[in-house]
Amino acid sequence: MLRNNYTLKIKCVRFLRTSVCILLCLMCLIPFWMMFVNATRTTHDIRSSITLIPGTNLLKNIASLQDTFKNMDINVFRSMWNSLVIAAPSTLLAVYVSSLTAYGIFVYDFKLRKAAWNFIMFVMLVPGSVAAIGFYRCMLQMKLIDSYLPLILPAAASPSVVFFMHQYMKSALSTEMIEAARIDGAGEIRIFHTIITPLMKPAMATQAIFLFVISWNNLFIPSMILTTDSKKTLPMFVQILQSYAFKTDYGAVYVGLSVTVLPLFLIYFLLSRYIVAGVALGGVKE
Amino acid sequence: MKNIKAKRKAQKSVSYGKYGYLFIAPFFIIYFIFDLWPLFTTFYYSFFEYYIRNLTESMNFCGFDNYRNVLGITAGEKAYFLKYLKNTVILWLGNFIPQILLSLLLAVWLTDNRCRLKGIGLTKVMIYLPNMITAASISVLFGVMFSQYGPVTAFLRDVCKVTIPYGDFLKDIGSTRFLISFVLFWMWFGSTTILLISGMLGINPNLYEAADIDGAGGWKKFTKITVPLLKPILLYTLITSAIGGLQMYDIPALFNTDAAAMIGLPDDTTTTVTMYIMRLYKADVGKASAISVLLFLITLAISVVLFCIMGDHEKGGK
Repeated sequence: MLRNNYTLKIKCVRFLRTSVCILLCLMCLIPFWMMFVNATRTTHDIRSSITLIPGTNLLKNIASLQDTFKNMDINVFRSMWNSLVIAAPSTLLAVYVSSLTAYGIFVYDFKLRKAAWNFIMFVMLVPGSVAAIGFYRCMLQMKLIDSYLPLILPAAASPSVVFFMHQYMKSALSTEMIEAARIDGAGEIRIFHTIITPLMKPAMATQAIFLFVISWNNLFIPSMILTTDSKKTLPMFVQILQSYAFKTDYGAVYVGLSVTVLPLFLIYFLLSRYIVAGVALGGVKE
Repeated sequence: MKNIKAKRKAQKSVSYGKYGYLFIAPFFIIYFIFDLWPLFTTFYYSFFEYYIRNLTESMNFCGFDNYRNVLGITAGEKAYFLKYLKNTVILWLGNFIPQILLSLLLAVWLTDNRCRLKGIGLTKVMIYLPNMITAASISVLFGVMFSQYGPVTAFLRDVCKVTIPYGDFLKDIGSTRFLISFVLFWMWFGSTTILLISGMLGINPNLYEAADIDGAGGWKKFTKITVPLLKPILLYTLITSAIGGLQMYDIPALFNTDAAAMIGLPDDTTTTVTMYIMRLYKADVGKASAISVLLFLITLAISVVLFCIMGDHEKGGK
């Protein structure tokens, strides 16, 4: 009797908790679903009713969106390409230089090792935007305004990535391995590139996903640096879209938003397993 | 063992030490040029009256005048920094408090062995999704959905019979702040939940078994075992969220704003500190720098607190 009561209670609790979890999942999905649905409806329908069933106006909305940006140097695909041109090299650079730095601190014993490590740990929490004014003036003096370099190069100094790589090295590398390679006559730089890099691949891949997304989504610094319309990134395009949102038709706005979101949706659902595992390791807040 | 280690250390330092500098050099060169030097010049500019108007620059030393101006100490100047800091803190608290409570609850549920739920992996994937998507797009999406003619507004008004202040959420201070906080909460609770789950999985299950034998209930186990052992992760979450929250830009800057003037509507009540910097960065370099320095000092204070507490914890743990 007691046993039965207990199982019943557990069943009730499980039902309640499952319902709440399902509701939360829906809460995370429905805004996106509504966005995609509204992208297929006419502005009149969007304004008058709410629904989760797609309409038939998608092509017209796309045409209208293209029409809005016809006379401008920027459109959604152009801005997406610009974001890719910035995000891809900055990700590669950040992963490579961070591994290099973490390896240097992990393997070698030198006078400033402890100081360098403490410095990295300390600046990890200092966000870039507090130095934005100095950064902007500095780029102005270096004639790098409206260029992609100030958005790519600084990624090479990502303290949190160095920290993550160092943590990973602690568990994945052993000094014996490196000494064996030395005995075989490999140079230090070659050891890093041919022995260490392959071992670091899982950590590099995880960090690369997050770095890419962070760079892709960045709005603050690019809005300061980029001035020409044709060079603007995807989040900056969304900003332009926002200023049009209340003048033009809503259908086009929803199509525009949907297009900006689609690539990340694809990336996320392909790699979600690794991404969630990466979040669990911490240190990805930006 | 100790001897061997010491010997190895000595060998390394003799022959390979210089490679250490070679490997860490790129990071430090880039960091000094693009982060440390700009930080230094930001400090420097904050002591100058530094205007750029009609392509002419004027730069005169003015001591702490910029600080006095943004803090409203000078007569006739409004304390904009404090006003926007207050906006930022309100928006941050409005998202963080519900976020940490829900995340704790969810993390407890999803790690409960006695009542195993199905689809935990899928739940994690779903609740983390909003965090990956471009914040700018999310902000504009919620903006158009809750605008005066937005579908959600119409639904709430016509079907749910909700009375909407001024007939438009975006004209009401409380509603706009609530919506911005909600969007932030919606974006971040998944990330926090996953982080807390990984912390909870690290807690020794024997502790819970012992508590069960002693007859402790769910609440008692939560307050006496889970929360104390989760303290470092809770602290980490609090601090990173606070630092990130102070830099809050994308969501408030695109949600309901006069974009050209960088004013958070309605009536300048959702303008954050970084939006203030964005408003001034081109024309009034001195003032913008002073704001940045104040923001930096607050961030630094928060980081130092974390650094001390985490450091203590590591020593205590080992």
